[in-house]
Amino acid sequence: MTIKQLSIFIENKGGTLINVLDILSKGGIQIIASTVADTQDYGIYRVLCDRPTQAFLMLREAGINVQLSDVIALSIDDEPGRAAQAISTLSKEGVSILYMYSFLWQGKGVLILRTNPAEKAQEVITIHKMSFLTEIDFA
Amino acid sequence: MNAEFYRKRFEEIGLKPEDIQSLDDLRKIPFTTKQDLRDTYPFGIACMPLERCTRLHSSSGTTGNPTVILHTDTDIDEWANQVARNLWMVGLRPTDVFQNSSGYGMFTGGLGFQNGAEKMGMLTVPAAAGNSLRQIKFIKDFGTTAIHAVPSYLTRLKEVMDKEGIDPRKDTKLRVFAIGAEPHSEEQRKRIEEMFGVKAYNSFGMSEMCGPGVGFECKEQNGLHFWEDYYIVEIVDPDTLEPVPDGEIGELVLTSIRREAMPLLRYRTRDLTRVLGRTCPCGRNHVRIDRMKGRSDDMMVLKGVNIFPIQIEKILMQFPELASNYLITLTTDEDNDNMTVEVELEELFTDDYQRLVALSKNIQRALKDEILLTPHVKLVPKGSLPVSEGKAVRVVDKRKVYQ
Repeated sequence: MTIKQLSIFIENKGGTLINVLDILSKGGIQIIASTVADTQDYGIYRVLCDRPTQAFLMLREAGINVQLSDVIALSIDDEPGRAAQAISTLSKEGVSILYMYSFLWQGKGVLILRTNPAEKAQEVITIHKMSFLTEIDFA
Repeated sequence: MNAEFYRKRFEEIGLKPEDIQSLDDLRKIPFTTKQDLRDTYPFGIACMPLERCTRLHSSSGTTGNPTVILHTDTDIDEWANQVARNLWMVGLRPTDVFQNSSGYGMFTGGLGFQNGAEKMGMLTVPAAAGNSLRQIKFIKDFGTTAIHAVPSYLTRLKEVMDKEGIDPRKDTKLRVFAIGAEPHSEEQRKRIEEMFGVKAYNSFGMSEMCGPGVGFECKEQNGLHFWEDYYIVEIVDPDTLEPVPDGEIGELVLTSIRREAMPLLRYRTRDLTRVLGRTCPCGRNHVRIDRMKGRSDDMMVLKGVNIFPIQIEKILMQFPELASNYLITLTTDEDNDNMTVEVELEELFTDDYQRLVALSKNIQRALKDEILLTPHVKLVPKGSLPVSEGKAVRVVDKRKVYQ
């Protein structure tokens, strides 16, 4: 049920993000969505892409601090209130969200979630028959 | 006297050769400093005509003139003898294969260990520094059992071994490391030993005395034996220059008593250490000197607190999440002195900010307990700190200097 996301440790200084993007570009990796939070010294740059394992190996080879993380990709209808509905379902079952970002994908909304506890979220999604995407959907 | 430099200096203070009758009289002799070597560059302290000298070594000399040290054939031979003695002491035998992964050229760690290992009768591989893949190939193909390198290089070598999928315990015959030329803590030594499953022995040397070989740990790993048939060892208070009792930390002062080309009298090494004892369970009665505690000139004074980089290193090494490279930067922000410790993250162990922030906080707390100040701790990606050739630069002082 989960998909692989790249989590990249980047220093908060000029050129570090470009460096990562250059490596991905040279490797022909297609970025689907990405997000970076601003902190004082460093950030975690999170990337969804078409070939996460290859991208991970390329980055590691280049000496970049990178990790593959398992995240959930919920698919929701592109209309007001759907995100609220999905999150509230998880929340009511005691699942909290560590981080989330969203984007549009082939006419549908996608919510990328990292939850705590991780397994519990999968249980809730199954029970409530929530729609989710797998790696094949992005490949 | 053969040395123009010392003759003049003794004449200035009215010291005559007959005034030196006992070991205590040594204290009548003025100290020699690195500045003296710079001032007399290149051959001003020579005691032998140049045609009797067969080699010179020189420091890099980033500030002012470099220092030049001359050797005769006998000096080179006796230097090799000291190194051979050290290597034998830690259990190496002519059946061992010794890889010298140290810089060659002017840096004495190259030729010094080369000559010593050869003198002991080992097959000696002059691999020199760098090119880790080639080093690993030599280790495997030649059945290397011992390596001499600076400690920071060994951690780098292990990284490359990991990448190549080589387990030093299974895939190599390594059993002894000689590490030196770069100050390192007991924790760093232990870390290297655990990484490889290899015993690491601390080596002390300085080009002014010959190079490596001056002092070395025995199998007890409890202080370095300094060879008193070659050197007179003194520990003095760096401020008063008076001797300190055994066990107390002071500056190491060495007098070479057998060198021909350029013996130095009461040379101030600037290394801070102490006498640990004058006997040893290993049976050698050459004085045991503690690992260098820092240098009397790399001590940082921050908000009135004396701090040695080695204290910081000791703490950082306790965190398995961190790699070995770190950089201490001292700055003045609004008339306040601050310390920033940048340290490389071994690998990204989490996708979670909270855990990264917690790690920074824990490091900061541990550092505060050690140095009584709260530094700013900055995690940086692996490989982002400058790695210098040879000795690693650990401290950058950007503070305003108040005169």
